[in-house]
Amino acid sequence: MRFEPLAIEAQPLSGALPAFQAAVAAAELRAACERAQAGGARLIALWGSDETERGAGFAAHLALAFSEGLLWLSAALDRERPRLPDLADLYPAAGRMQRAARDLLGIEIDGGDRRKWLRHGAWPADEHPLRKDFDATRRPPLEADAYPFVRVEGEGVHEIPVGPVHAGTIEPGHFRFSIVGEKILRLEERLGYKHKGIEKRFESLPLAEGARLAGRVSGDSTVAYAWAWAMALEGACGAEPPPRALVLRAILLELERIANHLGDLGYLGNDVALAFGFSQFWRLKEDLLRLNARLFGHRYLMDTVLPGGVARDLDRAGAEHLVARLAALRDEVATLRGIYDEHAGAQDRFIMTGQVPRELAARMGLTGFAGRASGLPHDLRADYPMPPWEQLEVRVAAHARGDVAARASVRFDELLESIRLIETLAGRLPRGETLAPLPPCPGGRRGVGWIEGWRGDVLIALDTADGGCAHRVHPHDPSWRNWPLLERAVMGNIVPDFPLINKSFNLSYSGQDL
Amino acid sequence: MYRILRQIAKTGIVTEPPRRTDENLRQIEQRLGDVVLRRFGRSLAIRHVDAGSCNGCELEIHAMNSPYCNPERLGIRFVASPRHADLLLVTGPVSRNMEVALRRTYDATPDPKLVVAIGDCGCSGGVFGESYASCGRVSNVIPVDVAVPGCPPDPAAILQGVLTAISARAR
Repeated sequence: MRFEPLAIEAQPLSGALPAFQAAVAAAELRAACERAQAGGARLIALWGSDETERGAGFAAHLALAFSEGLLWLSAALDRERPRLPDLADLYPAAGRMQRAARDLLGIEIDGGDRRKWLRHGAWPADEHPLRKDFDATRRPPLEADAYPFVRVEGEGVHEIPVGPVHAGTIEPGHFRFSIVGEKILRLEERLGYKHKGIEKRFESLPLAEGARLAGRVSGDSTVAYAWAWAMALEGACGAEPPPRALVLRAILLELERIANHLGDLGYLGNDVALAFGFSQFWRLKEDLLRLNARLFGHRYLMDTVLPGGVARDLDRAGAEHLVARLAALRDEVATLRGIYDEHAGAQDRFIMTGQVPRELAARMGLTGFAGRASGLPHDLRADYPMPPWEQLEVRVAAHARGDVAARASVRFDELLESIRLIETLAGRLPRGETLAPLPPCPGGRRGVGWIEGWRGDVLIALDTADGGCAHRVHPHDPSWRNWPLLERAVMGNIVPDFPLINKSFNLSYSGQDL
Repeated sequence: MYRILRQIAKTGIVTEPPRRTDENLRQIEQRLGDVVLRRFGRSLAIRHVDAGSCNGCELEIHAMNSPYCNPERLGIRFVASPRHADLLLVTGPVSRNMEVALRRTYDATPDPKLVVAIGDCGCSGGVFGESYASCGRVSNVIPVDVAVPGCPPDPAAILQGVLTAISARAR
């Protein structure tokens, strides 16, 4: 078929998601991206692969979001000297993804920022863990980890290095602040501390064991990742999960969204010295986690979504209990929202703090609820309404100001919308099976999973190998695209507001570091 | 203000009693003498170190600070620096990119000190195992007194692990 937005040939990928795959020559990749960007397509992910075992060289892959659907665009690269044109001027978020592809596969970038990204000192610059001839069990000696941060110069400018071990209970990463007085002139992030070889690990596991690993790419988004993995594998196998399983998956995904927003709304109170908010929201979150454990067997719903369906059914009494408890939660949240909205001290800290204007958000590719708080209306549940979303008419939350207050407001709105969605879904549970075993998956098949998690859209791209294994798996967290906006959001703010701004996004380190 | 007070009064106290200590969690002989333990028991400062987790265990450490578990009533609190800490609560398989930072954090914690490894990954490397990028279990990098399994362990189990670490070994 003809993929009109890029005027190239493409093939549809199987599955409910409108997704296509296409190939372009490496020399035409940049021109294709220019057309995509000019046409309003968003970059979702960029990654590389080693195709030498298939008699080819290397390859670069992009996932691009068009109104028609998701395009998986691949370009074959030279075997001896794989090179990729710099795409960061078109899609700023591509910068770190290109650097990661260089670290992991040795794909050189023509121009742009060529500093290392995921590589610290665990392997040398001339070795590349995602190459097929790299032995994953070998540990090269640790090297000293020098990294050239951008220096800000001028009278009175000094630096505050923070991390990787932070002052709170939070994932590790390094933040380099350049400040004057207490005002932030520049923040530079250095991530990759949690790189634990997830993509290489996927290649050593049978496809049947991938779900457990996918559900632990970023623990707070386990349902979104497990569903994305299931969707990718089901697509590759040409299988469809039972309708009842799809409705149950949607309920699980919304429960995950509610739990994360409850926790972060509590921390937003805590970070402005409103400890009352922390205690109240974390009481509500704990109640919900216990309800999750009772109904689905796990507080965070890990391993509840499986390829082919779901692990646990919800009986009628369980569904009624869930709806009743969520109705009570809605009242509690409404009370707390009233208190937050009228609390002068909290609102003084929230409003106009950590602002990301719409134009900047659109250009840099801000996604998820943070994007919606900056006026970007994208939400996969509404943009590409696959079953079971197609009859739900998801109300996409929106705000224009892009500050901490806007992100808090969107979280409240989305939390309440999730309760409404679960009420509707629980009342419409179709009869039937909850798990249909998948047929064996042949090698050389592709599948994609793309799910609107609580933080943003989670993508998993799967390319299978013979013998029920994966040739290449790329799980992609929305945090890749949002981390660079945190650097921009804090500019001109004071250092003590950084924890608040950071928490208002609450980005994943593990999901980005892989 | 009235609405806040009303909500607090309406909520009441939700804190639950902690679980008893569990000697099965202990990995090595109690390193601390009774005198030190008596002092720790009244005031314990914890520094959390995420050495490479999926962030699941962090969710449960946050949940441990919810009003249900409320470790502060037992004199247990989280501090911002290892230099202020008595006990390190370490999650994750230790990624090789965090190996140096974890060792430095351990070295920066003054003696006497204790280490509690949290979660299946902290206990065994978990689903990530050992590889070019992962050192596996926490005890492959620093000494571990108590290890709490689970993926992730719930808040009561984490608190139980901490209380076990500061309890005298049953004689």
